Amino acid sequence: MTQTDFVKLVMPFKDKVYRLAKRLLVSNEEAEDATQEILMKLWRNKAKIGEYKNVEAFSMTMTKNFCLDRLKSKQAQNLKIVHSNYQDKNESLQKEVENKDSVDWVSRIIEELPEQQKIILQLRDIEEYDFDEIAKVVDMNPTAIRVALSRARKTIREKLTKTHSYGVK
Amino acid sequence: MVLNSIENLLEKYENGETSIKEEQRLKDYFASDEVAPHLESYRVMFQYFASTKQELYTKDVPLKPKKKSYIYQWISVAAVVVLMLGIALPKVLGDDPLTVADLPKEEQIVYYQAQEALAMLGANFNKGVSSVNALGLVSENMNEGVSNIIMASDNFSKGVEQASHVNKLAKTTSKLIKNK
Repeated sequence: MTQTDFVKLVMPFKDKVYRLAKRLLVSNEEAEDATQEILMKLWRNKAKIGEYKNVEAFSMTMTKNFCLDRLKSKQAQNLKIVHSNYQDKNESLQKEVENKDSVDWVSRIIEELPEQQKIILQLRDIEEYDFDEIAKVVDMNPTAIRVALSRARKTIREKLTKTHSYGVK
Repeated sequence: MVLNSIENLLEKYENGETSIKEEQRLKDYFASDEVAPHLESYRVMFQYFASTKQELYTKDVPLKPKKKSYIYQWISVAAVVVLMLGIALPKVLGDDPLTVADLPKEEQIVYYQAQEALAMLGANFNKGVSSVNALGLVSENMNEGVSNIIMASDNFSKGVEQASHVNKLAKTTSKLIKNK
């Protein structure tokens, strides 16, 4: 497998890997590092890549495991991943602030969810995987996934309505 | 009507029962501007989902093609070449072995002188060896002498025993004489 073949294979899902990593690790840099690590691992094992039926699902599983390990080791060291994703974009500041504020809320709410729910929500609502694919990644049966997803969605909605009504009142 | 179906869909959505297609409908609805005010909080959520999906991984991956060092293989090749040369070169170049006739006159003379000197040395050496053999004979004779001496000493001790008999005899005779 040449480098171009590999890039072609990896292209469609490298952003998904990155977004999942970011969902779990929050920080941009950490997520970038994780993505790079995953891609390098895939590249190193490129000889075996043909054996995997679904490279994307396999990579997502790898990402999930890698990020969870990462979080665990950080917790063990009593460190927290600190993110500094503060960007300075001056375009239409007014609108940005309004939108970003409430959108930020959502990301903060998702951050508070348990890891399992985060992963499932990410895969379903953002990457639009079907349940079979999610089942492959998280190694759960579809019913359990549905339950976790429903819980996550309800939590988000409840918290959002709360903050929303705070805003109104 | 639209609102009704959307509300139904939302309920299904919250129970995790919507299909991808239905979720797409929800997303489309909340992406539009006509969102019912009481569903405003959902809009934020779906907006967030849509905006996060835009996020891309922009860093490029440093995929170095593995630089396997072939140096050891080349070393083995070089070793084989050196070995082959070592075997082949003397055969090719050293075809005619050097003889005395090939040497210049002076060297030939020196060569013969050296040969003579070595022959003399050899003859004298042989003489030396034969005189050393004489030593060997001497040592054999000596061994014989030693065995003779041992025999002599044996005889001597026998003689001493006989002498002691003579002594006893003398004592008894002297007693006899005294008694007389």
